[in-house]
Amino acid sequence: MAEAAFWLVVAVTLVSAFIVVTSRNLFYSAISLLFTFFGVAGLYIFLWADFLAGVQVLIYIGGILILILFGIMLTHKITSVDIAHTSIQQGVGGIVVLFLFAALAWMIVRTPWLVAAAPEPQGTAGEIGKLLMTDYLLPFEVASVLLLGALLGAAVLSRKGN
Amino acid sequence: MFENLTSLEWLLWLILAGLLLFGLMAVNALAAVYAERKLSAFMQDRLGPMGQGAGFHAGKWGMLQTVADALKLILKEDIIPRAADRRLFIIAPYIIFIGAFIAIAALPFSEYIQVIDINLGIFYLLAVCSLGVVGLITAGWASDNKWSLYGALRSAAQIVSYEIPAALSIIVVVMLTSTLDLQGIIRSQEGVIWGILPNWIIFNNPFAFLAFFIYFISGVAETNRTPFDIPEAESELVAGFHTEYSGMRWAFFFLSEYANMFIVCGIATVAFLGGWQSPVPGFMDSGAWGLFWFFGKVLFLIFVMIWFRWTFPRLRVDQLMGVAWKVLLPLALLNIFGVGLWSLYIG
Repeated sequence: MAEAAFWLVVAVTLVSAFIVVTSRNLFYSAISLLFTFFGVAGLYIFLWADFLAGVQVLIYIGGILILILFGIMLTHKITSVDIAHTSIQQGVGGIVVLFLFAALAWMIVRTPWLVAAAPEPQGTAGEIGKLLMTDYLLPFEVASVLLLGALLGAAVLSRKGN
Repeated sequence: MFENLTSLEWLLWLILAGLLLFGLMAVNALAAVYAERKLSAFMQDRLGPMGQGAGFHAGKWGMLQTVADALKLILKEDIIPRAADRRLFIIAPYIIFIGAFIAIAALPFSEYIQVIDINLGIFYLLAVCSLGVVGLITAGWASDNKWSLYGALRSAAQIVSYEIPAALSIIVVVMLTSTLDLQGIIRSQEGVIWGILPNWIIFNNPFAFLAFFIYFISGVAETNRTPFDIPEAESELVAGFHTEYSGMRWAFFFLSEYANMFIVCGIATVAFLGGWQSPVPGFMDSGAWGLFWFFGKVLFLIFVMIWFRWTFPRLRVDQLMGVAWKVLLPLALLNIFGVGLWSLYIG
């Protein structure tokens, strides 16, 4: 049962990711991205990373995907459904993709994957909270400063018109 | 009981639970629509739907009115505009519906009745609520109608804005109970506080009291109801994002909207009003009474939402955003600070 569910999640993730890349309609890509994000959240759950799965849904679907949809809707030809996106500079792009593929493949082969059955953690939220407030306090605070900077930058940019 | 099930049994339980939840959503929508029509009528000195003739056509006091409406919706023609994007047009109501469905599945109806009990409970609920927005934007976009598009844009902006004060006031609850688990949050609200009041989060301290109202106002805005119903303001936008929908597809939007009311009130009940706990500890608080208290509190909050709708005028778009970003958000941030100080020095 769990295995069937796992392969279902994998299939949903891969198929929808494929549609995101290949679809000619920007809106279709965005909606497929919804299923990709959900699939990745599902994969996190299979890795016992429940908090990460929740964050994935909250940030990527509730934040980033909606921002993308907003972007599409606010573009120039707002009422035309078929905003197409085509591939340009295929040669250069191909080289970059090949390089990226090689780097990722190298990383996957070289990583010492944890194959032993780890004990199933009961709820990761508390542990993550403790680590963020102790060992990783500095990166946590730096990230918050970065976000504050982005917030101020957005405010400054949007006020420019007035 | 559920540890030694075979895959097939597990699947059957899953389907049964799904059907029960769907039934709950349908009954909730039917009852809420009836209540809405009757209450609005009473508030406007009318009678509302009544049985005609011998009290037969729509039942006594018009009680079968919404059932008749539902039957009518099933029989109505399904219209898809020629210019619409067919696939997205069809998928949009289901995205919204799934968002409401998987949220309602996590609500604890009583101490023992909960379909999925996850230790991230309240965080999960906040996360999946964002799914509805995606469906909403899709519906507005796919309709290829400017009213739909404006409705969808307004609605998405509104929900995304009001999600922030809502989530920040839920953080107050998590700070006070130090758990994300819904049953855990409810259990920590047991007993009495200040001598006579039930130990619910809303009575815990003044900041939590304020947090409840911030959450509830944001919740009303997230369900797109008056006074925050700019997205489907019928005098400006026909019907907003679902202008082009008819028949069963429209019914799915409707079902999800009322289910979302139930979810928002359910979260408020769990987080601030003690969930299935009795208001008087030890009084009618065992077994099935949990169900009674949970549904009693949720239905009362739904009544308050209906009351809002028929007594408050609609906000303008700029006022709407102003309330979220200039009033509720600073208050919610201040609340978090206040609750932190309170639990350090007083609580």
